[in-house]
Amino acid sequence: MNPTSAAAVPRLHPKARLQRDDVRGRDVLLYPEGLVTLNPTGAEILGLCDGVRSLADIVTTLEQRYGASGLERDVTSFVEALAAKGLVVYGR
Amino acid sequence: MDAKPLWLLAELTYKCPLQCPYCSNPLDFAGPRFKQELTTEEWSRVFREAKALGVLQLGLSGGEPLLRTDLEGLVATAHQLGLYTSLITSAHRLRKDRLAALQRAGLDHVQISVQAADADLSDRIAGTQAFGDKLAAYHFTKELGFPLTVNVVLHRENLHQVEALIRFAESLGAERIELANTQFYGWAFHNRDALMPTKAQLNAAWQVVLRERARLGPRLEIVWVLPDYHEQFPKPCMGGWARAYMTVAPGGEVWPCHAAGRITTLTFENVRDRSLEWIWRESDAFNRFRGEAWMPEPCRSCARRTVDFGGCRCQAFLVAGDAGLTDPVCSLAPHRHLIDAAVAQIERAAAAGVEPPSLTYRAAPASRALTAKG
Repeated sequence: MNPTSAAAVPRLHPKARLQRDDVRGRDVLLYPEGLVTLNPTGAEILGLCDGVRSLADIVTTLEQRYGASGLERDVTSFVEALAAKGLVVYGR
Repeated sequence: MDAKPLWLLAELTYKCPLQCPYCSNPLDFAGPRFKQELTTEEWSRVFREAKALGVLQLGLSGGEPLLRTDLEGLVATAHQLGLYTSLITSAHRLRKDRLAALQRAGLDHVQISVQAADADLSDRIAGTQAFGDKLAAYHFTKELGFPLTVNVVLHRENLHQVEALIRFAESLGAERIELANTQFYGWAFHNRDALMPTKAQLNAAWQVVLRERARLGPRLEIVWVLPDYHEQFPKPCMGGWARAYMTVAPGGEVWPCHAAGRITTLTFENVRDRSLEWIWRESDAFNRFRGEAWMPEPCRSCARRTVDFGGCRCQAFLVAGDAGLTDPVCSLAPHRHLIDAAVAQIERAAAAGVEPPSLTYRAAPASRALTAKG
């Protein structure tokens, strides 16, 4: 499957864990020997990367949630960047 | 001061069945300073206080952390706190059912060392028969579904195996391989002349790393820890003194890095006497080299001071005799000639075909003998 396809189903790699960082008031993605700091939008996108929803589903969910449109490019590039780091994988 | 720690390395014990001559543990690990290991309750308190301070990543290390029979409980406590837990182990005598129990307790990641790509050399460097257990543990770690890091400390005896080591990690399905060129602290500093590779060895290994990174892409992350004696600029050690990292040693002393206990001009506080927060924020040892006010020239006016933070305080102490000096590895440092001399001696000896000095293995009798000598 072409991973940038809207039908692709992203999920967190098992090595990565979404975690609230209470002390700094933010969400982070933790993985072996590292972490990625997330802004609220990023954390929300990752929360939807559940191995069930496709990229298209995630975009639709967020667009409905915020009454916005045209989020596809931002969502895809965010997920792709994490996939390049091996923190997101595609497939159910 | 608003720096908050992200990383805690918990050295649960200095007992270890392996005797690697580059061990980063203190030379006096077998002495009275580390004898009274923290209890389960004390470690649990340390983890709670660390989380409240901002720590997110916890390394469970040693020595050999598996020798702590309360490890499962400690992992469970850390997991409930939301810490990302890594077990840093030799895997000696590790069985699959124990690792499965650690997984149920919430362990996130397993890092298993290997000393070389084949059993003979690996066991010779470890000073004991350990390769068979490691091989079995690598396989059942992946069978259980853990992310796996293969860790190898590199030196003149095994640098020629870098390609074999990468292929080994690949065949195991590991996520990461840490090719950690020996950093000269602890036992490695004591054995420096025997362990230090030549520039030619390092260059050859680095070419392999570049080629293998291109071949493997994100399938296997290849971490190359720089051989800093052969670099022009120092490493940004720990991301700066007391900025993001701390180590708690087996007896409860708290250090800004796992080598700092060797700095005799600092007094380190103990979690048995003080809270972790007080030690992090208020203690002299943590504040001494925090920020930039302590910096001498050439660091003070150097543009790189925000990149490498003056390098490593432990190295300044060990090599130049003063933890407050510029890391002597820096090509601008007044003590760089000491590093150059150490490197040149290795090159001369290698060119002349002189055998390196014999290794002192990390073991309790050697520790006591070296400590008695002072």
